[in-house]
Amino acid sequence: MNAPHAPVVHGPQIGRPVAHESAHLHVSGKATYIDDIPEAAGTLHAAPGLSTIARGRIKSIDLSAVRAHPGVRAVLTAVDIPGENNCGPILHDDPILTADAIQFYGQAIFVVAAETRDAARQAARLAKIEYEAEAPILDIDAAIAAESWVLPPFAMQRGPVDEAFAGAPHHLEGSAVLGGQEHFYLEGQISYALPKEDATLHVICSTQHPTEMQQMVAHCLHWRSHQVIVECRRMGGGFGGKESQSAQWACLAALLAVHTGKPVKMRLDRDDDMVATGKRHPFQYRWQSAFDDTGRILGLRLEFASNCGYSADLSGPVNDRTICHIDNAYYLDAVALKSLRCKTNRVSNTAFRGFGGPQGMFVIENVIDDIARHLKRDPLAVRQVNFYDVEPGARSTTPYGMTVEDNVAPALVGQLAADCDYAARRAAIAEFNASSNVLKRGIALTPIKFGISFNATHYNQAGALVHVYTDGSVLVSHGGTEMGQGLYTKIKQIVAHEFGLTLDDVRLSSTDTSRVANTSATAASSGADLNGKAAQAACLNIKARLAAFVVELTNAAVDAADVRFSCGRVQAGSVFDEAFAELVMRAYRARIQLWDAGFYKTPKLHFDPVTKLGRPFFYFAYGAACSEVAIDTLTGETRVLRVDILHDVGRSINPALDIGQIEGGFIQGMGWLTSEELWWRPDGPQAGRLMSHAPSTYKIPTASDLPEVFNVHLFDNANVEDSIHRSKAVGEPPFMLGLSVFQALRDAVAATLPAGQPVQLDAPATPEAILRALGDCCGQPVGGG
Amino acid sequence: MSERPIQFYFRGAIQTIQGPAPTRTVLQYLREDLQQTGTKEGCAEGDCGACTVVIGELTGDDGNEALRLRAVNACIQFLPALDGKALFTVEDLASGEQLHPVQQALVDRHGSQCGFCTPGFAMSLFALYENQDTCPERDEIDHTLSGNLCRCTGYRPIVDAARDAYALPRQPIDRLPVIAALKELRKLPPLDYAGAGRQSHSPRTLVELAELRARLPEARIVAGGTDVGLWVTKLGRDLGEIIQIGAVAELKRIQIGPKRLEIGAGATLTDAFAALVAFEPQWGELARRFASTPVKNAGTLGGNVANGSPIGDSMPALIALGARVVLHRLGTEREMPLEDFYLDYQKTALQPGEFVRGLLLDAPADALIRHFRAYKVAKRLDQDISAVAAGLAVHVDNEGIVRRARLAFGGMAGTPKRAESAEAALLGRPWSPDSVRLAMTALREDFSPFSDVRATQAYRLSVAANLLQRFWLETSPDGGQAVRLGALAPISPEGRA
Repeated sequence: MNAPHAPVVHGPQIGRPVAHESAHLHVSGKATYIDDIPEAAGTLHAAPGLSTIARGRIKSIDLSAVRAHPGVRAVLTAVDIPGENNCGPILHDDPILTADAIQFYGQAIFVVAAETRDAARQAARLAKIEYEAEAPILDIDAAIAAESWVLPPFAMQRGPVDEAFAGAPHHLEGSAVLGGQEHFYLEGQISYALPKEDATLHVICSTQHPTEMQQMVAHCLHWRSHQVIVECRRMGGGFGGKESQSAQWACLAALLAVHTGKPVKMRLDRDDDMVATGKRHPFQYRWQSAFDDTGRILGLRLEFASNCGYSADLSGPVNDRTICHIDNAYYLDAVALKSLRCKTNRVSNTAFRGFGGPQGMFVIENVIDDIARHLKRDPLAVRQVNFYDVEPGARSTTPYGMTVEDNVAPALVGQLAADCDYAARRAAIAEFNASSNVLKRGIALTPIKFGISFNATHYNQAGALVHVYTDGSVLVSHGGTEMGQGLYTKIKQIVAHEFGLTLDDVRLSSTDTSRVANTSATAASSGADLNGKAAQAACLNIKARLAAFVVELTNAAVDAADVRFSCGRVQAGSVFDEAFAELVMRAYRARIQLWDAGFYKTPKLHFDPVTKLGRPFFYFAYGAACSEVAIDTLTGETRVLRVDILHDVGRSINPALDIGQIEGGFIQGMGWLTSEELWWRPDGPQAGRLMSHAPSTYKIPTASDLPEVFNVHLFDNANVEDSIHRSKAVGEPPFMLGLSVFQALRDAVAATLPAGQPVQLDAPATPEAILRALGDCCGQPVGGG
Repeated sequence: MSERPIQFYFRGAIQTIQGPAPTRTVLQYLREDLQQTGTKEGCAEGDCGACTVVIGELTGDDGNEALRLRAVNACIQFLPALDGKALFTVEDLASGEQLHPVQQALVDRHGSQCGFCTPGFAMSLFALYENQDTCPERDEIDHTLSGNLCRCTGYRPIVDAARDAYALPRQPIDRLPVIAALKELRKLPPLDYAGAGRQSHSPRTLVELAELRARLPEARIVAGGTDVGLWVTKLGRDLGEIIQIGAVAELKRIQIGPKRLEIGAGATLTDAFAALVAFEPQWGELARRFASTPVKNAGTLGGNVANGSPIGDSMPALIALGARVVLHRLGTEREMPLEDFYLDYQKTALQPGEFVRGLLLDAPADALIRHFRAYKVAKRLDQDISAVAAGLAVHVDNEGIVRRARLAFGGMAGTPKRAESAEAALLGRPWSPDSVRLAMTALREDFSPFSDVRATQAYRLSVAANLLQRFWLETSPDGGQAVRLGALAPISPEGRA
């Protein structure tokens, strides 16, 4: 069923603000998520048994009561895994079920399958497990003290750092603490494994990475990839949390399905999901900056440490992306970076929108804000003097050796500052603050520059399969997954546009490893860039054959290059004009292939994972946000009053979807830096237990947190690189626009401090963190870090 | 009372439920038993709103019946709560291919991305649309959506859709057949329900309830289920025998007079707060920020009080106003000041066979000027349990001397508790900055709060004292300084719009 109100539009489909292709299904409850699929007869339901200490060994394990619980059909532990007991994507250090060592509170030890979900969950509570507990390493400081790493420390330097410091007129030191973030996708982790004939499995999985799920399931079963099909039509949100983190549950469902011969659905309870799956990495930073009288950075020494949790997962690439975003939009002439990837007894942290980039940009914005306050200059002015050159020149090379060739940050920031009346509002806020004791306002305008492409070059490839049926309808499969971002909608527009068809003529099928093989994760904002190009390539192949057919039909009266596909017709000059559906039927009868695959690999990329040098990114996406906030100095509570955003999506394929990504990304970034606080018990027998394990205790923004004034505009810009229709990726970059809220909060805090005094504000800037920054609260943060 | 199935109105007809345990949730029933999967499970604890459904309830006496529609969280509603009511889910909104105005507006405004939360938003907006003929202000939209989380959109298009729905041709539901069906259900005897070896009783009168309570002193009383529901969905607890008090008409009664407010223990938080705000407008902010709209539509003030959680947000303000709790046992009633009801952490003065019948608030009887404020401090404006809640009242004579002080706090001790040292520091002293400073210092002797997921001890102590300062700033004779974030608008530089 198509949206009843969607007008049928012929003509160009690119640039139209059409609704999400599933919007009419979303609003009516008819969009099918995995838990909505009618269950096959005999379906069993799985629940995990999780550890109740953070570190130690299993002394004894008695699962007899679990097995005896009514309705229980299978209870599996590590010894029941026929293949590799691992779901770690890079290093193989993530057990699906731990056999012995407990490495975090909530680690899976066993799994139950029962006739109902309630029975499985009740049974899982009946395990009797004795532990030999050890003192856990929970935070970054403890890990550094113990030299506990998931990957060895990494240092890099560009330029003469010591000389830069020696010659600089000003120096500052600083430090910052930044908390993690729970994805809080509304649909929790879920996999539904259906055994098929002859040792094969169909796994329907809410995942951003079907191919990796296919490989993980095959490995744990000691099977080959062609025995496993993984399918995903849509996710109820992903945000990076279903890239590697869906694997454990897919593997457990698969193991149980093979073990019992029954379909097995594994849907985590929200609390288990929050306890047992990874999150955004918390970071801590120490830095020294050297700068001139204008605030231009001459040298930077920066050590950053991330809390990776107990295993490597994606922590290597995440921290690499931090390295590649320390600069944000600023040229760093002489810079020394040290990256510590701390191993702790916490759940293993993972991909999350921005993938380490936000943690890089967070710190440089603090570095610059400190410089500005030290020099008593407007932080925006200091940001502007540090921008990369617009034309590639002396100040155009990033710390990782890539030349910035598409810098629109100065123009974009200048336009936003003028549009939002930054200077006058800043003056008015200073006036307000001078006469307001309890409430203080703050304002900040921060830019973003975000590199687009996977750092690991080989992920930058995609495939698509396009079927044109003889009635002129089109079905498209591709390697990207739909998590709400509108990828399927954009692909639909791209394909309809190529064939000159309406959106109703094109349908997207679910993402399925049996239709498109060896896909990359839908991640790194790359979904539309990669899969859009692949789908377009498939269309071009089919169009070329149809064009050749038209040449043949007209006895070569036209040239193939003159054949046009538009408005549902195929035309060539004044000689040929036929409805698309009629032509394809004739083409079929003439035995012309009407389906084809498309493949795309991003050009120009190279990156050395050892030296962290190269051109990891095809291009950069830019944006800027100006946030105005107020703080209550009695309680530390905050409010975001007004936000203005100007963002660069290149030539937008769908402005409505792109603005949706910008607004949603901004609010998610704002939540990360304000109300979203993860809290683990710091000590006692439950040390390391996550206590913010549900929406009752973990607070993402609600509707009332939406700023009263929220102006969002697209920057007029075309991608200088040959991206799909000259658009730019939009999934992750807007998340970092939320940094403006944090900087505005620092500005408000600064209004209570003597001029020139640095602001020491921890993130997230909860009411407690704000009060601490004001110096009114003697408490130290407990349980974060 | 007689044993019978649960009966309710759904999809245009009376439906019966016989068999499932009385603690089976409405959401499990919809999704697993009826395969009506439009309603989603996001958290199973009433905090995300993906499961939002609308309950229709008959109000008014015979011949005067009306239908009241309210959004609730299906994930923590037990099935017996449906008895005698109408249930609407997202599948009920569209007529064939014709979307409901709130659905159409969500599509037109791009109000869904991943779409998983969307049915819940649609239902909250549907309840608003049915209850309000004209487009409400932003704050009321926010309040309507306070129990619905969206992780994708950032809410802007959803708030816009809430408004846009009013611009489309009006399409209210036809209430007459629903009212007719609910009138039929009203004729049924009170519900005694048995399923999966568990009993649930839903008395309709105070006498029936009192007799049941005396006969079954160990049975679990369930009112709105907004807390008890989680014992089942999250802790897997077997509640044993249940007494559902939602059908006891006398317990829902709210009587408001010039001198006295009486709130039945079964009144929903939505109704109770409306009465409290009418009686004393300073309840406004707390009423707005307490829990979420769906939780307030199901939960009761009596439940919040009887539960006695140290972080229950209503109690400090009730204590500050001198509220008295009325306890009932087999026709015998006794009253006590609310603060005396709490003996220790999760321990109350309730005797076996006794239950909370209601709350009484009296207007001040003397000529003193009463200053009162109710404050809540939390990480998030909406639907967040407070780090610190405060109900602060001082009664000042015409010389400006504090003659009575009731300073009550939540989140500061194992029970809601008065700050006796701080109160003593104010008594007999002028209502002045100096006295407030003394009280702020004295307050540190009153409490030794915990550090936990919501705040540290140090923060709680600082903020509790600072709230006394705010109280002074807001009630001082020369007050007038802006001290509330909610009062601020974006800055507007001179000479510009």
